[in-house]
Amino acid sequence: MATTMLKALNQSLRDALTEDEKVVLLGEDIGTLGGVFRVTDGLKKEFGEHRVVDTPLAESGIVGTAIGLAYRGYRPVVEIQFDGFTYPAFDQLVSQLAKLHYRSRGRVKMPVTVRIPYGGGIGSPEHHSESPEAYFAHTAGLRVFAPSSVQDAYTMLRQAIASDDPVIYFEPKRRYHEKAEVELATPENDSSPKAKVLRAGDDVTVVGYGPTTYTLMDAAQAAEDEGVSLEVIDLRSLDPLDIDTVAESVKRTGKLVVVHEASRTSGLGAEICAQITETCFDYLEHAPLRVTGFDVPYPPSRLESHHLPDLDRVMHAVDTVMRHHEATEGAAK
Amino acid sequence: MLIVSTKHIDVAAECIPTHQLLNVAGERVPDRELDHYVAKLTESDLADFLRDMVVLRRLDNEATALQRQGELGLWAPLLGQEAAQIGSVRATRDSDFIFPSYREHGVAWARGVKAEDLLSVWRGAQSSGWNPNEVNIACQQIVIGAQTLHAAGYGMGIKFDGTDDVAITYFGDGATSQGDVSEAMVFAASYQAPVLFFCQNNQWAISEPVALQSRTQIADRAQGFGLKTWRVDGNDILAVYAATQAALAHCRNGLGPTFIEAVTYRMGSHTTADDPTRYRKPDELEQWKAKDPIDRLVKYLHVIGADVQSYEQRAQNAADELAAQLRAAITAMPDPAVDELFDNVYSEAHEPSVRAREGYLGYLAEFEGEGH
Repeated sequence: MATTMLKALNQSLRDALTEDEKVVLLGEDIGTLGGVFRVTDGLKKEFGEHRVVDTPLAESGIVGTAIGLAYRGYRPVVEIQFDGFTYPAFDQLVSQLAKLHYRSRGRVKMPVTVRIPYGGGIGSPEHHSESPEAYFAHTAGLRVFAPSSVQDAYTMLRQAIASDDPVIYFEPKRRYHEKAEVELATPENDSSPKAKVLRAGDDVTVVGYGPTTYTLMDAAQAAEDEGVSLEVIDLRSLDPLDIDTVAESVKRTGKLVVVHEASRTSGLGAEICAQITETCFDYLEHAPLRVTGFDVPYPPSRLESHHLPDLDRVMHAVDTVMRHHEATEGAAK
Repeated sequence: MLIVSTKHIDVAAECIPTHQLLNVAGERVPDRELDHYVAKLTESDLADFLRDMVVLRRLDNEATALQRQGELGLWAPLLGQEAAQIGSVRATRDSDFIFPSYREHGVAWARGVKAEDLLSVWRGAQSSGWNPNEVNIACQQIVIGAQTLHAAGYGMGIKFDGTDDVAITYFGDGATSQGDVSEAMVFAASYQAPVLFFCQNNQWAISEPVALQSRTQIADRAQGFGLKTWRVDGNDILAVYAATQAALAHCRNGLGPTFIEAVTYRMGSHTTADDPTRYRKPDELEQWKAKDPIDRLVKYLHVIGADVQSYEQRAQNAADELAAQLRAAITAMPDPAVDELFDNVYSEAHEPSVRAREGYLGYLAEFEGEGH
């Protein structure tokens, strides 16, 4: 049966709560209300207030107490209500959660999952549309997952919860109502998902994650109509980065476009372009390009369509690398 | 103009009183609420308190000396806070879990952490001087106040588990200004979690006096969060021990979180990199020397007619032994192996970390045999 991403996430949490009694959920409004997006709908009633815990309105407190629960042997799953409210918890995430396994020389495990509905495109006020993934991918000790599909939303959340390492789990909120068939399977025996080729192609490698993969698939269709073949890669895990899958593709296409909603400077795109330049320099036919949000605070929603990478901007980048390719091909002839 | 008075806060009648069981002269002062918590202490227990505090002071002095001699990168002295630390930790039981800051050397040592393991952190050999699972003490934590939230979460876990253990967190007067400490008290109070917040008010946060952190008594603020609160003379080991027993009993009985403000004094510097003569007057230190926690207990032992000389001799011998052994261990301590740099960043497979390690070790291997 087809289900929405919201329901897939809900089922993922339900299955984790059922399988492991040490799993507890913490967050604002997640209990009685079922979460502002209803991801935790019904779970408090089903598992009780000691498993699904409504918390005071303090993000640092939520992450900090999750750390204490992990010290006690629990496996907490935290919900940060919106991306822009992650920052009050920044110290607990970056200085505590990320470092405790290293600080304790492996004696203290921190199997904490931090779920963050993220990204724009839903017409919200300030602080409700951000993409803060680079901060956490930059921080050693954290894993960062960004599922894009309904199936991945289910499976990768199971993987995140099962992991003994802390995982920052970015949910593409504007895709929450996306519907697809879901297979409810136990997680693969692998702590981080690999990148996935969503569509094979020969001319240009386009890389994205989370909400942007839908734009990339549209671009691949549009490009095909113009006789250009795009290989679309969904990164799925931003830390660790499965750069090998991207490199393997770029070695065939010679051209790379990376797309994300987050601002450009020092974003994930910069890292991917740098690593691909380091590992595939002799294969590149054009400088790797980025299509990203601009280096501005997230704008008022009436401007967000300009800020978010859309089909036209992705196609413009594809055209740029292809034109150069065609020009050099032409010169060679 | 912004004026911050360093004058201590006027204690209004409705403020929480400061419990004291031993006055400055070492005389026993009756305290209706707390007396029975020390009623069972024997002379031998008091002698053990004395030994603990004397050994701890020696450990602290030796660490300062080792830092001056270049064996440690830094040290945060606890001089003057011996009673606050020994009195409180000796009231806990082993299954209570402690979340310390970075100056709780006495707490860790009393729980069985070896002195050289404690100092290894300050030498830069590792980031935690003990295995938290062995001594039920979380890794030392340096971001001011952040550990109090971990204690609140741990206390929630105790409550979920239905045991009567207690989570205890140590922090200072400066930490009470941190949002995390307020959040920790909110969480602990909301869930009625068994958490003891133990504040060592040592009057100074590096150069900043406690009046800059709070315009009321710290204990009065804690009470406002709904925590059962005591304020004690932190240089009076009996008062600290008794109040901690009272607070732990309150938590164990499922009555919710507690708070102790132990009023003490940081007689030394903030750390060995600090110079307190730049911000505090010498006469203040002299006033507090008169309230020294070790002298106080020695005076009391005299008052009760104990053989003080033999107890002091025993404590001195233990201190000498520890200092010699500590010095030998620290000066012989090897640096960690290079590959420890990459160990334990993650607990599960993480390919980029593996490549970084292999890359750097391969790079180093290129220079092997060059004799540098």
